[in-house]
Amino acid sequence: MINEIILMNGYGVYVWSAFSFTLISFVTLYFVTKLQLSKEQRRFVIKFGSLNVEKAKVAISQNINREILSNTPKI
Amino acid sequence: MHKHFEPNKIFAITSRAPKYVLFLFIVVLTIGLTEALILSPEDYKQSDAVRIMYVHVPAAWISLGTFSSLALLSVGSFVFKSKNFALISKSLAPAGFIFNIIALVTGSIWGKPTWGTWWAWDARITSMLILALFYGMYLLAWRIYEDKEQAVKVTSMIAILGVINVPIIKYSVDWWNTLHQPPSISILSNNSIHVSMLIPLGIMTAAFALFSMLIFLMKYNTELIKIKNKGLDRL
Repeated sequence: MINEIILMNGYGVYVWSAFSFTLISFVTLYFVTKLQLSKEQRRFVIKFGSLNVEKAKVAISQNINREILSNTPKI
Repeated sequence: MHKHFEPNKIFAITSRAPKYVLFLFIVVLTIGLTEALILSPEDYKQSDAVRIMYVHVPAAWISLGTFSSLALLSVGSFVFKSKNFALISKSLAPAGFIFNIIALVTGSIWGKPTWGTWWAWDARITSMLILALFYGMYLLAWRIYEDKEQAVKVTSMIAILGVINVPIIKYSVDWWNTLHQPPSISILSNNSIHVSMLIPLGIMTAAFALFSMLIFLMKYNTELIKIKNKGLDRL
């Protein structure tokens, strides 16, 4: 049974390489995108932290800024 | 109507959605892979090589669908002067490009056991390669142009120009004598594919669509936070 799945009547090398390429592409794209998102989130938190009280009040009054801060993992 | 989809209003949804989409994607992909690699039957002509179809065809469909969306959104950004349309298309493009590459590479792998060659300059394959070039130009244009207005104009032109290639890809197997087989699935006429193969194909397409959505959401959130970062500088 396992051999049948691996060898696939002699086409295993083609089938497995096609599926592997697809899954590797998925994993790579997912982590690259996640890395870019985390980088921007970190940059936002650092910038927000450097604002003075007045500016921070203005920034936090916007819903979207509050959402970004609440969705950013603690750094 | 498009005002309801303003980034500030929908960020609460787009920022929370990825974890649910990721979970759903993993579930659907697991079922799809089990169906495609173990449960679905082999083809009477192509034997087990037919299983490559379960990654090749959904990837090709989604890359074509994504590029068509880019063109539609580009027209939308010209008509409604909405920056959000440009933001959505910019976020859609990376997944579309990757699916295009997957379709080309898996098609090439499938070509070797079925046609005896990795590559042929046949109408369908060449037009898919041209689509990849358009995707490449589109993504590159966003990186090259610093001025956002100009980037939107150039990328929209690329998308609108490139969409001419989409019907060429679709009908290339009917218009020309190609090595690539004619379509087995049609909405308007009877399918020449058995239901036992149609089900895994449908599940894998759903999984790929979910992955595309996941990348879109993450990319869209990244772009929005980038804009908000610039907003903090201006405070």
